[in-house]
Amino acid sequence: MTIRIERRLIQPHWLKVAVPVGSLVVAFALIAVVLLATGHDPITTYKDLFEAAFTAPGALSQTLIGATPLVFTGLCAAAAFRMNLFNIGGEGQLYFGTIGASAAGLLLAGQSAPVLIVAMIVAGFGAGAAWALIPGILRAYLSTNEIITSLMLNYVAGLFLTYLIFDSHSYWRDTTSASAAVFPVGKSLPDAANWPTIGSSVVIPFGFLLGIGAATLLWALYSRTRFGFEVQVMSDSPRAARYSGMRTRRKILAVMALSGGLAGLGGVSQVGDFLHTLDADPKGLRAYGYGYTGIVVAALARYNPFAVVLIAFLIGGLQNAGSALQGPDFPSGLVGVMEGMILFTALGGELLVRYRVRVGRKRRGAAAAAPEVPAAEAIR
Amino acid sequence: MNNSILVVIIASGIAYGTPLLFAALGELLAERSGVLNLGVEGMMLVGAVMGFWAIQRIGGPGHTALFLAVAVAALAGAAVALIFAFLVITLRANQIVSGLALTIFAGAAGLSSYLGNDLGLADSPAEHQFEPVDPFGLADMPILGPILFGQTWLVYASWVLVVLIALYLTRTRPGLNVRAVGESPQTADAMGISVSAYRYAHVVAGGALAGIGGACFTLALTPQWVDGITGGAGWIAIALVIFSFWRPELCLVGAYFFGACQVLPLQLQARDYGWVPPLFKTGLFQALPYVMTVVVLVIVSSGIAKRRLGAPGSLGVPFVREER
Repeated sequence: MTIRIERRLIQPHWLKVAVPVGSLVVAFALIAVVLLATGHDPITTYKDLFEAAFTAPGALSQTLIGATPLVFTGLCAAAAFRMNLFNIGGEGQLYFGTIGASAAGLLLAGQSAPVLIVAMIVAGFGAGAAWALIPGILRAYLSTNEIITSLMLNYVAGLFLTYLIFDSHSYWRDTTSASAAVFPVGKSLPDAANWPTIGSSVVIPFGFLLGIGAATLLWALYSRTRFGFEVQVMSDSPRAARYSGMRTRRKILAVMALSGGLAGLGGVSQVGDFLHTLDADPKGLRAYGYGYTGIVVAALARYNPFAVVLIAFLIGGLQNAGSALQGPDFPSGLVGVMEGMILFTALGGELLVRYRVRVGRKRRGAAAAAPEVPAAEAIR
Repeated sequence: MNNSILVVIIASGIAYGTPLLFAALGELLAERSGVLNLGVEGMMLVGAVMGFWAIQRIGGPGHTALFLAVAVAALAGAAVALIFAFLVITLRANQIVSGLALTIFAGAAGLSSYLGNDLGLADSPAEHQFEPVDPFGLADMPILGPILFGQTWLVYASWVLVVLIALYLTRTRPGLNVRAVGESPQTADAMGISVSAYRYAHVVAGGALAGIGGACFTLALTPQWVDGITGGAGWIAIALVIFSFWRPELCLVGAYFFGACQVLPLQLQARDYGWVPPLFKTGLFQALPYVMTVVVLVIVSSGIAKRRLGAPGSLGVPFVREER
């Protein structure tokens, strides 16, 4: 008896839902084993987690706040990965979003709230897009691999962000107030630049709604327009796209700018929803890794914009519960372990969507039917 | 003379470059077999925490305990790498996402922090640590003394390792095979080389070296445990592999250059030179290795350089025998 793995010619729709759900179940079973092994009761832990994430007073509002940046960084990754452009620079593009948004908020102090909000969104989107265009241009014109360049630029962006507040007298730095003399901080944005919230018992940040709007637009762009169709063709078969005369370079630039802009919006929402200043502390915004988590959010969502919102909500809930419960019964690091195991099972489960596992005797001719696979992941 | 800034920066650049060197050599082995593992930071942190745990628990004379602690760190790094290897080689998962997942799983807010907490490792200094040793009694020699003879055993071991890996990749049959696997797995497969066995072996070996790299922090540089002690060294190691054109001997040079870039701003601040431009004293200077890596990557992706210096041809591509 042999075990054979063959590529599925048609991926049944029910599998695309069943496999992620199944992966989650397996992940929670595996985590339960880890919890038992380290002397924690899995059932109470899960119950506490669920309460702290969703049902405790104020928990849902906190979860929405935590989920907001992940929606944007998830959309950033989804937008680029759809075209086989592996932009893993969402982290740095998010920092540039905060730089752009706080610049706009400070420059336009005195303007009305709607003007400020729009200006922050435009500036943050633009700053994130500009930062993403560096790997984009290198990829489009010099065929430099965007995975590594975008990754490296995250660190450059992080150090630049810290430089703006800690090591220079930049426009963003507060040099007058009393607290700024003790510890370097950014200037506070005008009150009109604080984004509104919706609801009273459950507070929905404006950024989260903006994220749902962005997801809808991204979905429409990719599934209802010519642009989206061409992006799809380029990712499925770069050769076919070139022969039919599609402008590959322009699309690379456009998709990278869109992707970076979305990550930038994540930074904008951070500034508008609750930071209200430029947070450059290496232990602050830079430590959360929203950009990296966004990539795995997108992967779990199988790059579907609406699923990104849902997964971001769940991961945001998990992170929120983790920080709420942190203590002897729930050591720090457990959330990362849980996230990691969910990812591992989801990534492994992907095999079942793309391939059919056959147990039994080898069938003649089965191997010959395998279709051509685009080798677009190769590092150029 | 041995306190002059140049000597101090080179000597401490070597000390701070050593964890980068170990991790980069490990990543180099994985990438030469065609697997891009972005989980280096996670593997280093698990190695760092387990190495520190071992040194706190193993009694006995210092050098035996330290040797065992390094071995534990290597095993821990290898174990974490095995998860990644299973995902990307056997289950054919996306290497980029899996590598990031590994860092989230094992990294500063994941397994390494959990272990540090659960084993109660925080807030205590290491029982033993690697001290500089001077095998030939030459440490007081002008200039070269502190640079070449004032280092720890970890540094000397890394020099031996560079030679061994360079010889392995150019002079031995398995080393040539692994390069074939990285360049063209289909060809290697047709030659009768087991692509998955080679990839497993080199990813796991890479994890072991990353684990040792992490242990350099907790056993030598900053002998204690705090969450995220490696401070992004794993990402620099990934940059370093590209910066050194996937060659072990250049890794050595690059690691010390990157290490020196990290210590230079602090040294300049401490010495308060008036003539140094202020930018060199800020943390922004530490961005230089990343910027230079981007420049190097642009150079190697251009035509002529690509053939002589470029990445392994099949880096990042899963190998599925039935599909070619």
